[in-house]
Amino acid sequence: MHELSLCDDLLGQVVAIAAQHNARSVESITVQIGALSGVEPALLESAFTMIKAGTVAEQALLIMQTSPVTVLCRKCGTQSEVAANRLLCNACQSHETALLSGDELILASVALNCAD
Amino acid sequence: MCNTCGCNITPGNRPLVMAEKPKNGVTTVSVLQNLLSQNNHQADHNRSHFDAQKVLVINLMSSPGSGKTALLEATIKRLRESIKIAVIEGDLETENDTKRIQAQGVPAYQITTGTACHLDAHLVHNALHHMALDDLDLLFIENVGNLVCPASFDLGHHRNVVLLSVTEGDDKPAKYPVMFRAADLMLISKTDLLPFLDDFSPSKAEQNLHNLANDAPVIEFSSKDGNGLDAWIAWLHAEIEQYRSLLLDKQTQRPKVQLDGQLLHAQPGKTKFYSLNNKAVHT
Repeated sequence: MHELSLCDDLLGQVVAIAAQHNARSVESITVQIGALSGVEPALLESAFTMIKAGTVAEQALLIMQTSPVTVLCRKCGTQSEVAANRLLCNACQSHETALLSGDELILASVALNCAD
Repeated sequence: MCNTCGCNITPGNRPLVMAEKPKNGVTTVSVLQNLLSQNNHQADHNRSHFDAQKVLVINLMSSPGSGKTALLEATIKRLRESIKIAVIEGDLETENDTKRIQAQGVPAYQITTGTACHLDAHLVHNALHHMALDDLDLLFIENVGNLVCPASFDLGHHRNVVLLSVTEGDDKPAKYPVMFRAADLMLISKTDLLPFLDDFSPSKAEQNLHNLANDAPVIEFSSKDGNGLDAWIAWLHAEIEQYRSLLLDKQTQRPKVQLDGQLLHAQPGKTKFYSLNNKAVHT
């Protein structure tokens, strides 16, 4: 259950951005969460509900996006979409691969209500 | 600085500049920042403390009861004459582990996390205020016994060591890929029990680790009969040596941690993201 402390960091970033823009409120927050990030989206969502109360992001929608786990083979150059616990090249089965996507834990964007 | 060539855009004002034109009073700001940036910032701060005092810091992670404290006791017995060691212990409750380490004659500080399932960089920083680093060569941080959460938090340490005891099953790396992908070294513990178990194969455990594209070394050992401890001690000596030579080149050692595909290694815009949900969170 480390999603709660993560949410604390997330909210801190969002509140700072809202203040920078003199926003009246936050409409939505978009985060990117990979299967290898160690974060469970459903838990992040419930943690966010708890932690946003009483802040500028009180009414904000949390939009979560995920990406497939993809690896690039260092041996044969093939790019494969793989399971989170099997990061092998689909073509040559090599384990000498580099992760291209799937470990994201990113605040991508924030939509702010700035109307005067 | 001008408004024509982009030289006025700094990391500080980039979010403001990147803001899209408002639609119906709503402005969308592109951020692209790691959710753990506060923790990571604190971790870098911790690491610079360690580097200033030339202390190699090792984060020990495993499930509860896989033998982290027993390994530390055996390690201290062998090294306390030649290397100055200290330990930070992370547990939900009790100071039992700290007492075991202190009984070996080295300083230990207990972080009791209450209900928190992992240590983070802030907790470790607070602990550092209770420890003298200037006289140390090696600091172990024994993380909370948990194969899930501790993997996500950089503490400012230099190496991740993950223990897997033979009673847990050789498929643990496949079940907990986030943790085992972060291992700089995997230790298979309690090998003295192998004769009594017919379902644990060290080579299968190693294969499951390699399936995560992790080519970290694997050492089998038993704190009880001492088998394999020589290889572990040799690994520690080699790491201390490598760390010190990195410091001489004004570099530092970093553990295997999350890299953020989209931020660092993927071509921007090339990765397709799928929506997980678009429903409103309860307000």
